[in-house]
Amino acid sequence: MAAVDQHGAAVGAHRRHASRRFAYVPWMFLLPWMIGLVGITLGPMIASLYLSFTDYSLLGDPHWIGVQNYVELFTDDPRFLAAAQVTLTYVIIGVPLQLALALGIAVILNRGLAAMSFYRSAYYLPSLLGSSVAVALLWRQIFGSDGLVNVVLRLLGWANPPNWIATPDHALGTLIALHVWTFGSPMIIFLAGLRQVPKDLYEAADVDGANAWTKFWRITIPMITPVIFFNSILQMISAFQAFTQAYVVSGGQGGPVNSTLFYSLYLYRQAFLNFHMGYAAAMAWVLFVVIALFTWLAFSTSGRWVYYEGGQ
Amino acid sequence: MATVHTVTPPIRRSGSLSRRRRLGRVWGHVIIIVFGVALLYPLLWMLASSFKPNADIFSEPGLWPKNWTLENYARGWTQLGIPFSTFFLNSFVVAFFSVIGNLFSCSLAAYAFARLRFRLRGLLFAIMISTIMLPFQVVLVPQYILFHTINWTNTYLPLLVPKFLAVDSFFVFLMVQFIRSLPRELDDAATVDGCGPAGVFWWVILPLLRPSLAVTAVFTFIWTWNDFLGPLVYLTDQTKYTVPVALNAFMDSTGATEWGAMFAMSVLSLIPLFIVFLLAQRQLISGIATTGIK
Repeated sequence: MAAVDQHGAAVGAHRRHASRRFAYVPWMFLLPWMIGLVGITLGPMIASLYLSFTDYSLLGDPHWIGVQNYVELFTDDPRFLAAAQVTLTYVIIGVPLQLALALGIAVILNRGLAAMSFYRSAYYLPSLLGSSVAVALLWRQIFGSDGLVNVVLRLLGWANPPNWIATPDHALGTLIALHVWTFGSPMIIFLAGLRQVPKDLYEAADVDGANAWTKFWRITIPMITPVIFFNSILQMISAFQAFTQAYVVSGGQGGPVNSTLFYSLYLYRQAFLNFHMGYAAAMAWVLFVVIALFTWLAFSTSGRWVYYEGGQ
Repeated sequence: MATVHTVTPPIRRSGSLSRRRRLGRVWGHVIIIVFGVALLYPLLWMLASSFKPNADIFSEPGLWPKNWTLENYARGWTQLGIPFSTFFLNSFVVAFFSVIGNLFSCSLAAYAFARLRFRLRGLLFAIMISTIMLPFQVVLVPQYILFHTINWTNTYLPLLVPKFLAVDSFFVFLMVQFIRSLPRELDDAATVDGCGPAGVFWWVILPLLRPSLAVTAVFTFIWTWNDFLGPLVYLTDQTKYTVPVALNAFMDSTGATEWGAMFAMSVLSLIPLFIVFLLAQRQLISGIATTGIK
């Protein structure tokens, strides 16, 4: 490169000099990302906001109707309210259950069991496969009227177990079970966090005669609050957006009686089956605001319970 | 959780306690193994059931098929009129180019954010981070309208082009963090030796970035292989279906009667994931170890 003058200039100054001369270079590296940002992310975001105030079916032009979509969502659409309720239930029950299990198993695995890495992999497998259509189909069979679960329950003496998938009271439960089943990936993140907890803290607690329970609550939990926080945010955001499992298990319907009508599934149906593009866009923005609100809440309360060692 | 309080017996080196500790370990193994078997049982059962006649699937909770059959595989393969080989090929093509796209575009952007100085870097970085959290639903509808308008629906372009434009900012962030942990002296040495930014990127950063690239490749493959919504929305022609949409169409066409054949195809659809899982463990663990060392 011509910019390099070899006359012993300090490297820092040199770098500044070079960067002034080649001011366009960073933008060459950023070009694909910038095009993506404008064309695939920000542009569509703005378009989506605009569309949410219109009536649009892909044919003709979007027709401006003001806040009517939003008004209709909250006052005149029982299916929307059902979808919101189903999704909130899924998040509020599924995420804490999944994280508690992930942490519990991670703590057991972290005791330095031989073959730990084998166990870790085995436990991770459901996470890896859990978002596939194949596993969703499997779930549909397992929790069906003559599925694996009921065959086992009958062997155990329950003569008439319900058809879990087809009962409104239980259908969502099967999907929550599927979510909890995929606890492997937060577990791996917990394991990485647990390994960072300084051993001398436990040794000091041993000297003081602390038992396992006390150490878990007074050392382990406080020391990994950043990991708990990180995992909660991650899992919450993805649970709000769950789609595939609900679609496959309910055959794309969200039934029975809307009991598995996940938010994303209802949005998909409005957009791609009813071609209510404006309405679906309004739904997307409501979801966005809700997720942002939850995330903001988590961050704003995190100062009170998340402990960063050395203020990292 | 009931399991939590049995954990972490006191770590001490005295004799009486080490026996307790050993006992605790045995219990740890027992809990982990029993629970693990329960966890993986549905998957094993699906594998076993793919070799059972349909009637047996609904009566046999066990793993060993009484009446072995390969018929499920033969019937499933052609159930949709188009052989499943077509769907597998489609899925591989999509996954392959997605991986290439993410490796290429995310590493370029990450290098710029981590090492180069430019105007608005802070702001753009903040925007990049915030797009990680952006729910896909927000852009789903307008993206569809966009790709519909330029006649890209029923092609793989809506699935692939975004990958070449670093839209998965999670990976950009991952790589930025990794590059920041690399000593700057390496860049400086290369600069003194006459490398420009492109040279530093290619000769210094990329080779060292390999663990992050491996993580990106593995997760991109897994996510695109499993992706259902994208192909469901964009692909209308059955010959273009990827495996997940094909499986779903299978379900729709047989209406929950052909479980054996469906399980057979489901098992096949999971094999590539399983292979990646087996092969990529080393890279994944070394990737985690490398970032752990920093």
